[in-house]
Amino acid sequence: MTDKKPEIAPELKMRLKAGYDRDWRKELRKSVPIKERMKIPRQKMPEREAGERNRDFGEVNRGLDLEAAVREAQRCWDCANPGCVAGCPVSIDIPSFIKLIEKRDLAGSVRKIKETNSLPAICGRVCPQEIQCEALCNLKKATGVPVAIGNLERFISDFDRSEGTVFVPEPGRPTGKKVAVIGAGPAGLTAAGELVKRGHGVTIFEALHIPGGVLVYGIPEFRLPKSILKAEVDYLQKLGVELRLNFVVGKTATLEELKKDGYDAFFIGTGAGLPNFMRIPGENLVGVYSANEYLTRVNLMRAYDFPAYDTPVIRGRRAAVIGGGNVAMDSVRTAKRLGANPAAIIYRRSRREMPAREEEIKHAEEEGIEFHLLTTPIRYLGDENGRVRAMECLKMELGEPDSSGRRKPVPVPGSEFVTEVDLVVVAIGQSPNPLMAQTTPDLRVGKWGNLEVDWKTMGTSMPGVFAGGDIVRGGATVILAMGDGRLAAEEIDHFLRNGHR
Amino acid sequence: MAKILRRERLVPNIHLLEVHAPEVARKSRPGQFVIVMPDERGERIPLTIADWDAKRGTVTSVFMLVGTSTQKLSLLQSGDEIPVYVGPLGRPSEIRNFGTVVCAGGCFGIAAIYPIARALKQAGNRVLTLIDVKASYLFYWEDKLKETSDAVFVSARDKRYNSKEYVPYKLDTLLKDEKTVDRVVAIGCTYLMYACAEATRAAGVKTMVSLNPIMVDGTGMCGACRVTVDGKTKFACVDGPDFDGHAVDWQELFSRRKSYFDDEVKSLCAWERERFS
Repeated sequence: MTDKKPEIAPELKMRLKAGYDRDWRKELRKSVPIKERMKIPRQKMPEREAGERNRDFGEVNRGLDLEAAVREAQRCWDCANPGCVAGCPVSIDIPSFIKLIEKRDLAGSVRKIKETNSLPAICGRVCPQEIQCEALCNLKKATGVPVAIGNLERFISDFDRSEGTVFVPEPGRPTGKKVAVIGAGPAGLTAAGELVKRGHGVTIFEALHIPGGVLVYGIPEFRLPKSILKAEVDYLQKLGVELRLNFVVGKTATLEELKKDGYDAFFIGTGAGLPNFMRIPGENLVGVYSANEYLTRVNLMRAYDFPAYDTPVIRGRRAAVIGGGNVAMDSVRTAKRLGANPAAIIYRRSRREMPAREEEIKHAEEEGIEFHLLTTPIRYLGDENGRVRAMECLKMELGEPDSSGRRKPVPVPGSEFVTEVDLVVVAIGQSPNPLMAQTTPDLRVGKWGNLEVDWKTMGTSMPGVFAGGDIVRGGATVILAMGDGRLAAEEIDHFLRNGHR
Repeated sequence: MAKILRRERLVPNIHLLEVHAPEVARKSRPGQFVIVMPDERGERIPLTIADWDAKRGTVTSVFMLVGTSTQKLSLLQSGDEIPVYVGPLGRPSEIRNFGTVVCAGGCFGIAAIYPIARALKQAGNRVLTLIDVKASYLFYWEDKLKETSDAVFVSARDKRYNSKEYVPYKLDTLLKDEKTVDRVVAIGCTYLMYACAEATRAAGVKTMVSLNPIMVDGTGMCGACRVTVDGKTKFACVDGPDFDGHAVDWQELFSRRKSYFDDEVKSLCAWERERFS
């Protein structure tokens, strides 16, 4: 599960250069000298006050206003060799869309982003820009503070939606070919958008009753409002994508059966829908959830609005969330909003090793989340009704680095202690969902149950069948899934036009 | 989306739901289930598939009124649309020629055992069907079960049928009377399945039970339906729903089934207030 090294393809390089050489870009670069640009501080993302937002599910970040966005855009040097683009898994022409903001041509900026990214409102909110585009920003190399590319992307997509006239690109000439996209998560939605723009007929098959995959069942409303996801999906439907909800490929119909129904190619993006547990005593007590179940109940089924919605969730007085990733942060911040006090993170390494985004950890800290670091649960204790009432933990210390390069946690002997809890959420990762592999014997599967692909093409062991996102990577990020979807769509296009690849 | 063709009360508290769902009908096998959401605000609940017709594209389930979702379902009429009807899910029941098989069912399980009995009969088994009802007027599908069984025994707590014994006791007697019983399949409420598994444990007759834990997605994604079988955690939705009843951790299943008891009452009260007052 390695990632490709960031490098810019020659064709993309030419596109970037053409934009860079435009007269208006030259003039804009001259209009504000670099020295002046460097004086502008990074514009702060306005946030709702922590003590207010940790009691409801409204979005935390409010978004930049026009003037702040233009000022932020002015910070960008418009480099001849932009590092940022190499860090973007979907190859957005970042300098162009930023300079269009500086020029206040917002509609032009929308068009520019949508050339390569079908879901900018989502990326602008949930991408880890700090390790992608912003990590490679030349301004960061010079000053340590990169251009806020993610916040600008969010700004421009919010503008697009607020206009009410969401820009829809011209679809390609119909090719008469049909592609089945399996799973309406970030990988599938991206692949579908790219394929339909190239003129292919696209049907997305989704097992759940709302499209979005992890974006709808996993990521909470306060980080990604569902109305935004809905707008992005509506946009794909306007492009001509057909959606078949409540359809479990492998069960309702197998891939082979869909082939007989006339689909010429497939993209599998069924995600990491298999929760991992620690296999410690008491894990099946009532009140111990997988993060997938906990978040699905609250987000997809709207248990936070129970009993107006029928699905309940155990709210918990004292909540412990096991893990240190983004899913753990989403879970613990959700538990806090549903009334748990304390709502605590239990993580076996130190803060430095936490895989969650810095912004998420910061938001959690502001909202009053407790962090019990270098701690791991070893068993859960139940009451006479089989409900969790306490957990026994062990203190850890950091030893030598392991294969991931992070220092390995080692138990401290005799450090066991018991603490009362009535809600536990296990957020230690997910594995690829096994349903497709089980029902499609010709698909080659790796040792973690992931589908094996050729990373250059995202092609699986079956001709005409491509895959991407967490079904291939295990638990990764939304944007890597989208990058896979985009690459696979290009390759599916080649496959459909040339009959092979 | 699935259109309702028939929704009727079979006996008090137990309703039949037949829908037009050609893709589900085409793939259905005995022992599988569908996930249903009665309306946009509803819960996702599993219903065992009791019958289907691939040619007509229809699927039938039988459910008992328990909480808000089943109450809502029971008020739908033919012609109404169900927003979510997805399946068939779960692994099909194992169907082979075992020899003599006892099929035990109670409440909704009277219907749920029917397609399994039918398939076992077609596979050449001698099928003895054992039905448990609190009272004889709660028995339904007698004709259908007679067609697929070599004998039907009914346990009711009144005098109309041949036995007043609770099914597990009757099962015990049956094991003694019959020279050989090669397998037992039990479907119904958790207690009935538990009691059947206990009744056959000593004799060591393999007893398959169709477990009914709480589910959400039904495709293995959430783990709500985890059950301990043979000391290992299994997901009933993808690893089951059928498991060896002698290996199931029943206490855990009983307490997990009751996870939301208070909330279920609260939900039902809220819904009744909204709807009837």
